[in-house]
Amino acid sequence: MLFRLLRTALLETVWMVAVSGGISIVLGTLVGAALVFFSDPGLGRDWPINRIFRIDQVLSAIVNVGRSLPFLVLMVAIIPLTRLLVGTSIGTQAAIVPLSIGAIPFAARVVESSMRGVDRGVVEAALVMGASPMEVLFRVMFPEALPSLVLGFTLTLVSLVSFSAMAGAVGGGGLGDLAIRYGYQRFRTDVMIATVVVLIVLVQAIQWVGQAISVAVDRKR
Amino acid sequence: MIGLEDVSKKYPGQAAPALNGVSFAVEQGDICGIVGLSGAGKSTLIRCITGLERVDRGAIYVGDVDITKLRGAELRQAQRRLGVVFQHFNLLSHRTALGNVMFPLEIARTPAREARRRAEELLDVVGLADKRDTYPAKLSGGQQQRVGIARALATNPDVLLCDEPTSALDPITTQSILELIRQVNADFGVTVLIVTHQLSITQQVCGSLVVIDEGQIVEKGPAQEVLRTPSSRILKAMVTTLSWS
Repeated sequence: MLFRLLRTALLETVWMVAVSGGISIVLGTLVGAALVFFSDPGLGRDWPINRIFRIDQVLSAIVNVGRSLPFLVLMVAIIPLTRLLVGTSIGTQAAIVPLSIGAIPFAARVVESSMRGVDRGVVEAALVMGASPMEVLFRVMFPEALPSLVLGFTLTLVSLVSFSAMAGAVGGGGLGDLAIRYGYQRFRTDVMIATVVVLIVLVQAIQWVGQAISVAVDRKR
Repeated sequence: MIGLEDVSKKYPGQAAPALNGVSFAVEQGDICGIVGLSGAGKSTLIRCITGLERVDRGAIYVGDVDITKLRGAELRQAQRRLGVVFQHFNLLSHRTALGNVMFPLEIARTPAREARRRAEELLDVVGLADKRDTYPAKLSGGQQQRVGIARALATNPDVLLCDEPTSALDPITTQSILELIRQVNADFGVTVLIVTHQLSITQQVCGSLVVIDEGQIVEKGPAQEVLRTPSSRILKAMVTTLSWS
């Protein structure tokens, strides 16, 4: 019984984290790269559209709005949007919408800081060789930042595990839901302990894999 | 081959201009040293010549093209006539030695096979044929600078601009890098511009010398002559320290 409950809950959590992780990493990377690209004088800062309104500053303000909402508030606040997208506001599918939206600004900042960590000298070397801003972005900044990006994505996934537990509390399913409904409300200490152990193992596993990939792609050591 | 005419540049928020009416020309095949102390305007000069910074006034000719008039794709095209060697090498850490030398060729849309052949050839020239597949982190400073020189020569530039090429290297390695610069100058006929605060290296390799102080040229001419009879306060001071080492 306990095993089956745990297995179902774990699969729900993994599903929520995987889908919202995929969405937020892709969109967060786009936003993060845009933040860097449009604020850099060697790249897109002086592009014609950016002269009319600073794309990076507008994006940054939007990201800050997203970052300032506690996840619980965001989740409730965007219920109408969730209904519009998946037809319901409860369940695992529904939880994916606020999870993705909540993690995009987080992932964007993570990507931004990784890319700003790329050696300025290397970027300028590529520019003086006649590389276009897009070439600098895709052939210098992304590959140079890759080890750091992988660690950032790992951080995003770990945060999503904890967000997803919160989503569970309002009917999203998963390990958080299990801990509250069985471990807390039905005084099942065994379920509580088992859930905590599974969560710890899950986070350790994500972190371990992320670090291993980061090391594997890092040529600086 | 490379010439500056009345180049001035002032950064916003700074009282004094970083460059003030700088003019000089370097003959084809010459090795010209540009010396000055920190803050004299050397870095700004390099950033203007490489197109990273726009000048306020004046013209910069690379070949017969005034690069200050160019923008966007045209400027990027002209930048390939100029190879740049950096103080801190600035190699791409995710590419091998060969991959680094191929990078400017890829940017210039050279067919892959030809780019590879050219890069291998250049690694031979700089004496690193056996380090093709090594990543920069596993190379010594001198080896990294050799890769940097090979990379700068990849697109067959008219001018090799060396920005403090030996300032991060020990004295022995400095000698071998200077020897390499002299060799590529002789073999490929590439015009070399060495920007440095190390007067001793200009004495060894430079045919002509330009001395810059507070954004202005205070002395220029054939290197041996300028070094023998320094007239500016700054060069006199630098020559004094030279006789010590």
